[in-house]
Amino acid sequence: MSDHVLVLEGLRVSVAGTEVLRGVDLTVRSGEVHALMGPNGSGKSTLAHVLMGKGGYEVTAGAVTLDGADLLAMGTWERAAAGLFLAMQQPVEVPGVGLAQVLEATGRDTSNLAGEAQDLGLDGAIIDRSLNVDLSGGEKKRSETLQLAMLRPSIAVLDEVDTGLDVDGLRLVAGRLRRAVEEWGMGVLAITHFRRLLSVLRPDAVHVLLGGRVVESGGAELAEKLEQSGYEVYAGAAGT
Amino acid sequence: MRERRARAWERFAVAPMPGQKDEAWRYSRVGDLDLGSFAPAVLAPRAEEHADLVSAARDLARSLGPCRALAVTVPGGVIAVELPGGTGEQLRVAGSRSAEDLPVGLGSIAGLSGIFGELHDAFLGEVLTISVPPGTVLDAPVVVVNIAGTPPGKDDLGRLASFPRTFVELGAGASATVVEVALDAAEGVIIETPQGRATTLRASGEGQHMRTATPGASSTSSASLVVPVTELDVGERARLSYVSVQALGRESWQIATQASRVATGGEIISYSAGLGGLYARVSTLCSLDGEGARSTLLAAYLGTGEQVHDFETVQDHRAPSSASELVFDGAVADRARSAYNGLIRIRRGAHGADAFQTNHNLVLSEGAHADSIPNLQIEENDVRCSHASTVGPVDEEQRFYLESRGVEPAEAERLVVAGFFREAARRAPLSGVGRWVEEEMAARLEAGRRVTGGG
Repeated sequence: MSDHVLVLEGLRVSVAGTEVLRGVDLTVRSGEVHALMGPNGSGKSTLAHVLMGKGGYEVTAGAVTLDGADLLAMGTWERAAAGLFLAMQQPVEVPGVGLAQVLEATGRDTSNLAGEAQDLGLDGAIIDRSLNVDLSGGEKKRSETLQLAMLRPSIAVLDEVDTGLDVDGLRLVAGRLRRAVEEWGMGVLAITHFRRLLSVLRPDAVHVLLGGRVVESGGAELAEKLEQSGYEVYAGAAGT
Repeated sequence: MRERRARAWERFAVAPMPGQKDEAWRYSRVGDLDLGSFAPAVLAPRAEEHADLVSAARDLARSLGPCRALAVTVPGGVIAVELPGGTGEQLRVAGSRSAEDLPVGLGSIAGLSGIFGELHDAFLGEVLTISVPPGTVLDAPVVVVNIAGTPPGKDDLGRLASFPRTFVELGAGASATVVEVALDAAEGVIIETPQGRATTLRASGEGQHMRTATPGASSTSSASLVVPVTELDVGERARLSYVSVQALGRESWQIATQASRVATGGEIISYSAGLGGLYARVSTLCSLDGEGARSTLLAAYLGTGEQVHDFETVQDHRAPSSASELVFDGAVADRARSAYNGLIRIRRGAHGADAFQTNHNLVLSEGAHADSIPNLQIEENDVRCSHASTVGPVDEEQRFYLESRGVEPAEAERLVVAGFFREAARRAPLSGVGRWVEEEMAARLEAGRRVTGGG
């Protein structure tokens, strides 16, 4: 088992002058699965984007380190090279650029690409087709998972990797992700609305993000509780 | 014929030169064109003097795949028509100079007007007619290589202007693919192969294994002016794939018209690649005349250096349930410019018409510029129309996506741009052409970057 760690300390982020994250602390280690849940607009996707270095966000305070290195000082591709992966909620279409081509551009061995694709129920033709073009929502998520499986990140942020998937797709994707945790000790920060993904991923911790802050953390049972009670119980907890 | 030319000359003499105030020429470079510096080819060309060009054209055609017929033109007329796919009654490819041989419909599709239309008619030397009789299905394309400018060794002729004219007619139910390639004689290249020298007209000349056939030629003397007109007459239920590749030299001028008319139940797929030219204008005019007529109009273009590519399109719906789809995608780098001006016209009576138009422009350098102007003119209810155009740099989201997988920023940009060209090039209805255009674009972009030190 490898020993990697992603640490967020007091992370505050603004978008166009409005503070979206108001001091987030999280630590994700190799082999750990953390679920991040919360209502729409709570800042989950902002967090995912900021971790990967997407433009348009301003970090106003706090720090993020990956294995002790200052993640926020790195360019996006350097974060990926350092072992971080973001499975995107809405993977963008890149016409004329194939999945195999991208993996080759990162210098990865692509010899088992076809086999990995098959394990995720993807047609082998996806390897050379334009990235995310003419793919269904579910196929896009399988493609994200396929890229994760090939890149073997030390820490993976999954931004609603379960949306758009049908029951079979969810089973294959969640199963592959869980195997990644076991195979190479991948650490996971999974943003999700649904417990179905978590029942396979088996989170070590569940965090509730509300109003840009983690308002509660607990074990897997917290996800179950949220599904029954919703987020209303936290009304007022987020503050301003 | 002589009379026709004389009348055109009279009209040309009084026609005003378009200026930038003229909307259709607003983004052109036509003000810099010195018509007086070009000479038309006066005499009909002698085929035996151009054996090397014919041989090179043959190589080019072969590189694109199987070929049903090959025609080669130089300024002044047709120098070769070959039918490697066999002769027979079902296909006629021939040049005609006399009025009685001209195809009946000549001029009825392009409807030439304005100074360049008159100029074309005034100097029209020979018309190449490609005639596919009703019901005939050609198994391989007809390739036309139009060689512009002054051939090597003929410098005494001056800077030659040429006025290629192609007329394609498909009878009812016929099916054919026609490829036209525009090249400059002076840009002809010699490929050095381990087996020896092979002459070719592949117009790149930028790979290190190639060198220009006329190394001494200055850029000025290699400049040419081409005013080509192609008319495409698609009969009932006929299906025509038309491919045009413009790979002229970087100093040359082109003002081209590609006009088509599609009868009831007929279909045209046209694809135009714009690679060369100092200033290259293409007017793509498609008239859907019969019920259920369909057109797919595609173009891919790349400008580098100081090039200007200027496109005018008209999707003219004249009949019910006619459908057109237009996708023009291009890029500008360095200080190049491009302009796209497209009209969807739905005439009264063309109910149930479906028209789609999209123009995407990648702007790859700060000094480059692209304009995109879509227009709609709709005179009928119960129609579907949509248009979309974009002008901008490499998409930030696409770049972010690739970088998030660990691809370095410069490589991510290169992949996105190459992908854009691959998609645009490969829409060509002939895979050999798609591959050629894709390679050509990659080479030209790379060469431009080496020169400017950018990228």
